[in-house]
Amino acid sequence: MSATQRTGAATRRTGPPFWMAVPALAFFGLFALVPLIGVVVLSFMSWDGLGTPAWAGLDSWRATLADPVTRQAMWLTAVFVVGSFLIQAPVSLLLGVFMAGRHRYRALLSVLYFLPLLFSSAAIGITFKALLDPNFGLSRAFGTQLLARNWLGSPDLALYTVMFVVGWAFIPFHSLLYQAGVRQIPAALYEAATLDGAGRVKQFFYVTLPQLRYTIVTSSTLMLVGSLTYFDLVFVLTAGGPGNATRILPLDMYLRGFRSYEMGQASAIAVILVAVGLTLSLVLNRVSGAGRMESQQAGL
Amino acid sequence: MRQTRRRAAGATAIAMAMTVALAGCGGGTQPGESPATGGGSGAGGGAASAWILTGGGWPVTAESFARWNKENPDQQISVEEFENDAYKEKIRTSVGSGQAPTLIMNWTGGTLASYVKNDQVVDITDQTKDLVDRVMPSVAQNGQIDGATYAVPMNDVQPVILFYNKELFDQADIEVPTTWDETLKAVDAFKAEGIIPFSLAGASVWPELMWIQYLTDRIGGPEVFQAVLDGEPDAWSDPAVTEALTKIQELVDAGAFGDAYGSVDAGASADAALVHTGRAAMLLQGSWLYATFHNDAPEFAQSSLGFTTFPEIEGGAGDPANIVGNPANFWSISSAADESAQKTALAYVNEYVYDDTQIKAMLDAGSVPPVAGLEDQIGQSEDAEYLSFAYGMVNDAPHFQLSWDQALPADQAQELLTNLSQIFLGQIEPQEFVDNMNATL
Repeated sequence: MSATQRTGAATRRTGPPFWMAVPALAFFGLFALVPLIGVVVLSFMSWDGLGTPAWAGLDSWRATLADPVTRQAMWLTAVFVVGSFLIQAPVSLLLGVFMAGRHRYRALLSVLYFLPLLFSSAAIGITFKALLDPNFGLSRAFGTQLLARNWLGSPDLALYTVMFVVGWAFIPFHSLLYQAGVRQIPAALYEAATLDGAGRVKQFFYVTLPQLRYTIVTSSTLMLVGSLTYFDLVFVLTAGGPGNATRILPLDMYLRGFRSYEMGQASAIAVILVAVGLTLSLVLNRVSGAGRMESQQAGL
Repeated sequence: MRQTRRRAAGATAIAMAMTVALAGCGGGTQPGESPATGGGSGAGGGAASAWILTGGGWPVTAESFARWNKENPDQQISVEEFENDAYKEKIRTSVGSGQAPTLIMNWTGGTLASYVKNDQVVDITDQTKDLVDRVMPSVAQNGQIDGATYAVPMNDVQPVILFYNKELFDQADIEVPTTWDETLKAVDAFKAEGIIPFSLAGASVWPELMWIQYLTDRIGGPEVFQAVLDGEPDAWSDPAVTEALTKIQELVDAGAFGDAYGSVDAGASADAALVHTGRAAMLLQGSWLYATFHNDAPEFAQSSLGFTTFPEIEGGAGDPANIVGNPANFWSISSAADESAQKTALAYVNEYVYDDTQIKAMLDAGSVPPVAGLEDQIGQSEDAEYLSFAYGMVNDAPHFQLSWDQALPADQAQELLTNLSQIFLGQIEPQEFVDNMNATL
């Protein structure tokens, strides 16, 4: 903390001075850290939203962790996160690579593919709910028995239907990331590969994929952490039902907090979600080595 | 008093922290903030606020506020409308944080009891005596706790009614069921015709409550659920509950609700649509659906819409004239509002709730005011047949059971909805339901 040290550091640093970060840090503290601490404190209290919060020690934690509903919610969340990733990642990657090409018809297709990005979750939810309705939806419009399934009303189908709709809503965003990533790859690499006799498939596996490494990390982090905390579309589509078939952790937190008014238990789940989300993104960063963030550009 | 306020402030801080934290996960829409809550507007002294719901008979209430505001320019009441579910979530946080509107609409039951316990609503026994005296006692008593009035009814009685499609009964050539045996026969007859016997909005879950409420009452009488409300240990173990649950699962297995009721959403009135499009024969739903039928399918409502009471259960201990549903919605007055706002709100309640204009407007809209002695006026109204039926049903009922999810405290109500939906889905047996629910007592 001595003055010499500080000047020494300042001469080496090239970025803007520290005080410029103060507003951002203040907002982060006020809107992220303070509520986070509030939630942690609340998870050790018992509060129904109306009276005075009372100290409850580990009761909320014990009640939450012992509840079979929460355990099932954890399992469903795991299925939902992994399932969403398996649906979204390959499709977005392939779509992104395809759309990175520069032909007019691709531009037109891209516009179509990106349309879901423009709709709000609530609109997507309500629309799909109507389309998938076995009594009045698509099946009625086209008179096909194939579509007349109890998509959102059957405990066996609901979670997969929700994963499909969430995928439909988010694949465009990730394709956009991949498209940008692919367009960053220097053309020289492909020219060299062509000279070496690599075909399209080989170019994809030996040039495109390795070059997209950081895009894949970014996109996967967003996908995994995103579906871990994903709430709105699931809420509109099923509200956790039928029964508890789509009650993933964020919904469980919401239902406990704002339906059962057990704020302590809801906060405990919120803390779990924060912890798992942070761990997940840190691990992803570490494993992929993205922390080093070395340049992938040729010649730089 | 000071202590209460400090407590409220602490709760506000935590509630805000919670809201920010939870909203951060991309939670749904946030309804707009009320401009004049808690006496924030200051000027004039007398401004009050009220939140009401959308749809159903609520336009009539909105109208009455418009009338009040026109005639009382110095005591304006600002009104905001919310969708049912959004309202339920917002009002509780607002009350808990001392930010409630002056007039707090509620369904009485467990929520009102919590408000009273935390001194969040005002005792209005003396100020509303005249109004309460005019209302049917079975309805008015819901707003009273330990002999004091904390809430007064403000709109129509909402008994649960068995609606049916007359044409489909003609087509299947059977009578409307009045007993359980006839109900089961009707189920078979409609299934044979390829018609869903009972439309059920399983995606919304709460319409499933109507089934267990009526069945439990018919089989065991109102005492069974009263024991639950009183928190008696193992109150859910009453054989009437198990029998009701068994009957529900028998109905489901017999295909009484079709095979896709889990996708039917009451919020979009899809359950009513199944009936008026001729795909389902009967529908057990609240009386507010009469207005929905009239709006969505006026021709059907004119010619083919039938309505009756829930069937009798042979050998059951409950009076077949008992009804379940919502006695009405109620106004309470927020203790967080300043005195002038409370005064305005009380004046509105006493002068405008169930005055002549309001009663006429309600009858015109096809809803029944819980006011005694309206037989003649109802007889002359446009929907005389239906209104007389509903009015008589409520007037003659020995017992009017408030919907269980409203009567119970919130945490028990949520547990009940979850377990009940699993009973309908066949995921749990009646015994598991009983055990799970006993654990909440």
